[in-house]
Amino acid sequence: MSEFLQQLLNGISLGAIFALIALGYTMVYGVLRFINFAHCDVFMVGAYVGYFVGQHVPEHTWWGGLTALAVAMLVCAVLGVLIERFAYRPLRSAPTLNVLIAAIGVSLLLENLGQHFFSATPRPFPELFPVYSWEIPHTGLLLYSNQVLVIVFTVFLLFALRFIVMRTRIGIAMRALSLNRQAAALVGINNDLVIAATFALGSALAAAGGILYAVNYPSIDPLMGVMPGLKAFVAAVVGGIGSIPGAALGGLLLGVVETFVNGSEWSTYKDAIAFGLLILILIFRPAGLLGRNVREKV
Amino acid sequence: MAAPDRRISLHPALVLAGALLAAGLVSHFSDHYNPYYLDVALGAGINVILAVSLNLVNGYTGQFSLGHAGFMATGAYAAAAVTMLLGPSLLGADGGTPWQQNLLFLGALAAGGLAAAVAGLLVGLPSLRLRGDYLAIVTLGFGEIIRVILQNVDALGGAMGLNGIPAYTDLFWVLAVGALTVFVVQCLVRSTYGRGFLATHDDEIAAEAIGLRTTRYKIVAFVVGAFFAGVAGGLFGHLKQTISPSGFDFTKSIEIVVMVILGGMGNTLGVILAAILLTVLPEVLRPVAEYRMIAYSLLLVILMLVRPQGLFQFRRPGRP
Repeated sequence: MSEFLQQLLNGISLGAIFALIALGYTMVYGVLRFINFAHCDVFMVGAYVGYFVGQHVPEHTWWGGLTALAVAMLVCAVLGVLIERFAYRPLRSAPTLNVLIAAIGVSLLLENLGQHFFSATPRPFPELFPVYSWEIPHTGLLLYSNQVLVIVFTVFLLFALRFIVMRTRIGIAMRALSLNRQAAALVGINNDLVIAATFALGSALAAAGGILYAVNYPSIDPLMGVMPGLKAFVAAVVGGIGSIPGAALGGLLLGVVETFVNGSEWSTYKDAIAFGLLILILIFRPAGLLGRNVREKV
Repeated sequence: MAAPDRRISLHPALVLAGALLAAGLVSHFSDHYNPYYLDVALGAGINVILAVSLNLVNGYTGQFSLGHAGFMATGAYAAAAVTMLLGPSLLGADGGTPWQQNLLFLGALAAGGLAAAVAGLLVGLPSLRLRGDYLAIVTLGFGEIIRVILQNVDALGGAMGLNGIPAYTDLFWVLAVGALTVFVVQCLVRSTYGRGFLATHDDEIAAEAIGLRTTRYKIVAFVVGAFFAGVAGGLFGHLKQTISPSGFDFTKSIEIVVMVILGGMGNTLGVILAAILLTVLPEVLRPVAEYRMIAYSLLLVILMLVRPQGLFQFRRPGRP
């Protein structure tokens, strides 16, 4: 029983990171209808920014950790906007396929630049935040502060995002764009600005995910984003792409399922589980768990 | 009255026979070629097979598949299993005559292709009801699942892969299979039946409205594409003599997709040129090895921005 709870806790904390990355995919998909393959590499850049800031702030302090988090989110927000401006905006009216290939190109570019500048060898990630662990009495359950940190931050960022999307002008504009881009332009919404803001928000969340991931799995390398990125995308589709609560739900589900598989005798099939789940969901509920089914009109 | 077609046309089967003959001639002298160039040429030929077969799915039928490497892996493993497990008992201890070896290799390639085609059918049936991006992700997922399964089958070497595959692949096999792939794909899309692929590509809803079963066309394209990917995998395994699951990951699939996109979707000649170009380019860039992957990815983005229809596409896409 206690092992079950322990695994559940580990799963939720891994799922929270998937959820953070999935949000970026789902937001970009909601507005532009394409898979931003470069998103997982923004996640990697976020972790590296955290690593370099970590060299200049003392370890095990709250302010040091929060500074690293804030700087990484800022840098990645700018990076996201730049990627959109130079790689995706010129292709705004091109077929989705071309944008997809451009995204794959940007993804490869970031990975190769990462390998060039940071070298391909994994680096140990500094312990940015204070580390505690608590044993919950009578259950034998061990609670690590880093896991709690991930969950608390993710919940906080989710609510912040929900507030931005539901209550602010820019959020309303984003929702308008995802309903109908042309109609939104007709009522005076600046498409370029809103899309840039979407990329900035999504990339900042990816950066936060990158640092929180690195804090829990403290070894970073330029290809670290690929697998979490793919899984987070799967999480976004499972939850219903374009839906923010869906991305959170999908991320949690995937994190928990993967952690349990990892703890069982099937652990070598861990990487296949995410895709198996995806295929099941798409066959039985193509719009995802919380997505709405949109009929294609002629 | 329609204008008569003034293009010189030969019977396709004649062209294929000519190509096979030429392949035999060219490979007859392969001992005299520089081994390095020969190696690059063999790699290019296998990439041509992969790209042309994927072009049937991605280009002509308009379905975005990101799992081609998975089918290649299936074929590579099935073919290697045939030559390594059945080979010794069929050929005897001395390894058999070259004719016997080639016959065995033909069987192995066919087995590889069939195994991949079956995998293609299994993958295609559930996923081809999906469209666009979803299909891309599901095929990517299936490709990864195939890789993870191969990694876990101990009889196939697990994560270490298979070693000591006999080196049966030579220039003749690569050129011949390449010619056959181009022949089958071209004849298929130019046939009356093949118009269905183009219709599915152009407008799925309209195609369904006039009574075409688009799902069936998609599955046929998928299975044929997977078959040739499997054969290419068999050639690849018997060329490198060692295969491992990690060599057939999602990066390999993307590499093949990039060849199709650069060549211009639904343009076989362009795709052939792009496959050759993308095999030779990394070799040419070898002196600046440190920057070649950066240059490659940058080139990809820039190409999409300035020439989204592909490098070698000069006509309307999707028309043979």
